[in-house]
Amino acid sequence: MIELDCRGLLCPAPVIELARRIGEVEVGGLVAVVADDVAARYDVPAWCRMKEHEYVGEGAAPDGVPRYVVRRLV
Amino acid sequence: MSETSSEPTRYLDAASSEPLHPAARASLLAALDVGYADPRRLHHDARNARLLLDNARAVVAESLGVRPDEVTFTGSGTEAVHRGLLGLVRGRPGGTASIAHSDVEHSAVLHAAAWSGVATRVVPVDRFGRVDPEALHEACDETTVVALQAANHEVGTVQHLPALTGAAQQAAVFVDACASMGRLPLPRTWSAAAGSAHKWGGPAGVGVLLVRHRAPWVSPFPADDRVDHRATGFENVPAALAAAAALQAVVAERDEATARQHALVDRVRAAAAAIDDVDVLGDPVDRLPHLVTFSVLYVNGERLVAELDRRGFGVASGSACTASTLEPSRVLAAMGALTHGNVRVSLTRDTTADDVERFCRALPEVVAGLRS
Repeated sequence: MIELDCRGLLCPAPVIELARRIGEVEVGGLVAVVADDVAARYDVPAWCRMKEHEYVGEGAAPDGVPRYVVRRLV
Repeated sequence: MSETSSEPTRYLDAASSEPLHPAARASLLAALDVGYADPRRLHHDARNARLLLDNARAVVAESLGVRPDEVTFTGSGTEAVHRGLLGLVRGRPGGTASIAHSDVEHSAVLHAAAWSGVATRVVPVDRFGRVDPEALHEACDETTVVALQAANHEVGTVQHLPALTGAAQQAAVFVDACASMGRLPLPRTWSAAAGSAHKWGGPAGVGVLLVRHRAPWVSPFPADDRVDHRATGFENVPAALAAAAALQAVVAERDEATARQHALVDRVRAAAAAIDDVDVLGDPVDRLPHLVTFSVLYVNGERLVAELDRRGFGVASGSACTASTLEPSRVLAAMGALTHGNVRVSLTRDTTADDVERFCRALPEVVAGLRS
């Protein structure tokens, strides 16, 4: 798994970062996006639907910032 | 805004406010000179004002297929929503009430529900923004007032109100018809409903509250001693008459305008869908005729609006990318749609096929420029 620190980035930057880095994991691998931008809560799952990846779910980083986990499928 | 473009401005934001209809302008100007008096007084000038107000009410009633005594003019669509929904809450028999509303209602409904103090349930929608009848059924009992929109203001999706109100058990039904009034026939299944004149080409500052004859509706706000017991404040007779004239004209033109606008919006939907990674939103068929919303992946919605504005196209956006604390559109979030890069295009009655073609040509260039 890789973790992308997108704290302080505004939309659509966290999703752009996710798209840029998803290829760094194997198919079936996980990418976590740590983002305090509120749009990421909706846009990471929407990106997964549009790009045919799996949205695994939301957790939190140790500092409480939301952490969105994606599984690469294609 | 920017003066760098030599192109004329093309206003594509009718869903925020439709330019004044010529019929409204003519009525407004005529009524300004004769509709100033207090319609409650007994003298000549007052009787003129009262006649104009009664005429406005009759025209709205006929245009919507309701009784004149079911029509109340308010100060805005928002006020009509507040009075309509909260009056049904206050009128529930037994004094206990709850509210159920869809997850894509206008903020006027949400604010009214929050202010009411009664228990509120939110009913989910599908990807097109359509309310789930089973979830609505589970959210309702005999104390419930259910608030449903006729059509969505952001994505245009039309709700199947007969099926939904059938699922709502014994609930009283409030219909927010602000986005669709005049453009689509008014649904039949409501105890109270609301519309907004500036969205159909009437003047701003006029709402229409409909309360069904004998519906259990009790005014939620302090009373007044005006012509209509459901409203307060001095009647804006010229504006009400202008709103009625516009509604009558829009309904008369509806068949032609709906077919024309539906086809033009199909053209915009196709042009947006032809761009890589664009999410075209809302029901593609069962929708408002004049409106389309789409979200462009990897693009900042405000920059998209600004760049289109620079090229002379005035559009709205449900995105909120300028600050991490700003919530994006609840409607888009509820549908599971992409919330960034969002654009809403809504055609006025005068938008031409040429305007739409120019927009469809500009859009891919603007998106490519912002993505590069």
